[in-house]
Amino acid sequence: MLFFVQLINGLQLGAIYALVALGYTMVYGIVKLINFAHGDLMMVGAYLSLFLYTSGLPLYFALPLAIIGTSVMGVLIERVAYRPLRNASRLSALITAIGISLLLQNSFMILFSSTPRRFPSVSEHLPVFVLGTNRISFMALLTVLFAVGLMLLLTAFVHGTRMGKAMRAVSEDMRAAQLMGINVNRIISMTFAIGSALAAFAAILYGFSFQQIDPYMGAMPGIKAFIAAVLGGIGILPGAMLGGFLLGIIESLTKAVMPAGYTQLADAVVFLVLILVLLFKPSGLLGQPMREKV
Amino acid sequence: MTRKHKVSRWLAALLTGALLLGMLAACQSTQATTTAPTTKADATEANKTDAPSTDKEPIVIGGLAPLTGGVSVYGIASDNGTQLAIEEINAAGGINGRQIKYIVLDEQGDAEQAVTAYDRLVNEHNIVALIGDVTSTPSIAVAQRAARDGLPMIAPTATAADVTLQGKNVFRVCFLDPDQGRTMADFAKNNLKVTKAAVIHNASDDYSVGLAEAFIAQAKELGIEIVSEQTYVQDDKDFRTQLTTIAAAKPDVLYAPDYYGTDILILNQAKDAGLDVPLLGGDGWDGILTQTAADNPKEADGSYFTNHYATSDESPIVQDFLKAFEAKYNEVPISFSALGYDAAKIMAAAIERAGSTDKDAIVKALNETDYDGVTGHITFDENGDPLKPISIIEVVDGAYKLITKIDIER
Repeated sequence: MLFFVQLINGLQLGAIYALVALGYTMVYGIVKLINFAHGDLMMVGAYLSLFLYTSGLPLYFALPLAIIGTSVMGVLIERVAYRPLRNASRLSALITAIGISLLLQNSFMILFSSTPRRFPSVSEHLPVFVLGTNRISFMALLTVLFAVGLMLLLTAFVHGTRMGKAMRAVSEDMRAAQLMGINVNRIISMTFAIGSALAAFAAILYGFSFQQIDPYMGAMPGIKAFIAAVLGGIGILPGAMLGGFLLGIIESLTKAVMPAGYTQLADAVVFLVLILVLLFKPSGLLGQPMREKV
Repeated sequence: MTRKHKVSRWLAALLTGALLLGMLAACQSTQATTTAPTTKADATEANKTDAPSTDKEPIVIGGLAPLTGGVSVYGIASDNGTQLAIEEINAAGGINGRQIKYIVLDEQGDAEQAVTAYDRLVNEHNIVALIGDVTSTPSIAVAQRAARDGLPMIAPTATAADVTLQGKNVFRVCFLDPDQGRTMADFAKNNLKVTKAAVIHNASDDYSVGLAEAFIAQAKELGIEIVSEQTYVQDDKDFRTQLTTIAAAKPDVLYAPDYYGTDILILNQAKDAGLDVPLLGGDGWDGILTQTAADNPKEADGSYFTNHYATSDESPIVQDFLKAFEAKYNEVPISFSALGYDAAKIMAAAIERAGSTDKDAIVKALNETDYDGVTGHITFDENGDPLKPISIIEVVDGAYKLITKIDIER
């Protein structure tokens, strides 16, 4: 029973990694850029949600607004920082992404100070499942359901709509897609918009789960989501989801199994997973080299 | 292509400009901070000329504190307490008819700057005694110098054991990390009648580890069973796994010694994990009420922590201090301010009893300290560490309430 509860804990953590990983993987699929600022977009989403929610707007209005705001921010970053470098070497774009990440972290620290802020709690208003002596919060199940639902929606979008078809085309060959009359810039903007919206979703679930946000909150989940994306096969949507959940479970169960004083090894195990994947299956668990990637 | 080149050249020029500006700003800020101490000192000197004048020369006491930088919140708090105490002493006629001239230098929480500032205090200002430093690492560095010079030194808030071990002339006002852990274990056994306890602590923080180890050692001594011991690292936000394991072990209490930003997360996630037991902590919990949710200010109720003093303490010395401090600074003093205040009072009393500004005489008088302060009745042990009571605070109805005071056993 305890094992089951720990599994749920891991799934809850993994759902957040998975949502962030989806954004990583989409952007990588389209422009072959590892957007290291993606974790910090989650931070932006968290602050936006907090400010809009505490400004007195009702929940169902404040949260969508925060998601839209984060989307706009993501598109803006692409327009200002990444688009001018589209034909530059990939290393330049990567370093710019790291620069944007630091810029976001530090400007939020200056604007809102590094003191952690309290995120509103909703768990008192939600039912709790009692399993023997343990409890499972409804928030945990909600988080997992949200993540899986969004992933399915995204997959349906990519495979079932004209826009999705255009995205897949751009991901396969940007120049050929352009010659076929696809507006590449618009597709890329849309990819960033969707990816950032997912990061904002992750931020809201993170906020409700852990109830505290600060300017550096995006750094570690960002890195772990990146590992999740690589683990599942970067560029593959279900791969990001699988990678995220696996990582969350690995982290949680490591903490649960390790004796006292060694629980901090959980992070080391997570990074070890990255090294092992890169050594033995660099294309990721679901990766098939040189197939369609979105 | 040419247009693109132009654009990138413009961008490059802009970036270079921004960088240069940034560097200039950085230079200015370092200048500003290096001049800050002198202006502060000048201000203190100016104050003194306004004070009731005596024919005798003032007694010069030095101060060291991080007044800027990452730990400035503690430095300013401690220094505010010290300034208030000096002001009160001077207004009451000073020490044996001589006014105190208090010169405080900013060391930005940095050990090297602290040593430089110490040398300036000794060589330029000829201080007879030192109040400081505030944080542990610079305090150790300064204590080594002070031990070499035999200069009477009292650190208001540095908790690391090594500080006072540098020399017989080094004292401190605050209790040490292990004192808190031991005292909380005593309280858990005697007052809460605990038989099974669990511990969760930050394995990457010396403070948290120090408290946890002392608590566990004393708990075992007293026959409390430690049913689960869990750790995490700095900046962790997810404690569900550890708390689920702890909940399964069914402890009576959970000892979680960390700073309040993390404590509030543990508190909430413990409730989520079905762990409905009182949480215990150390002085890092002081401030937990700034973190409680706006719509649930009582969520920390039922937690206990050890602290230096309590604002709810009815004793006149605490209430007088609160009134004076709030009148001067318009804020409620945190315990660092109370410790800074006591440090100055203890030092001034020792100089008064010594009857001179001779270093050895002051150190001897400090050793004989028997003082009723804001943070309790204080005497010193052979290391220069205080023997004083530790306050146990309970959070009741969204407010700190003093439950009892327990004397340190060492």
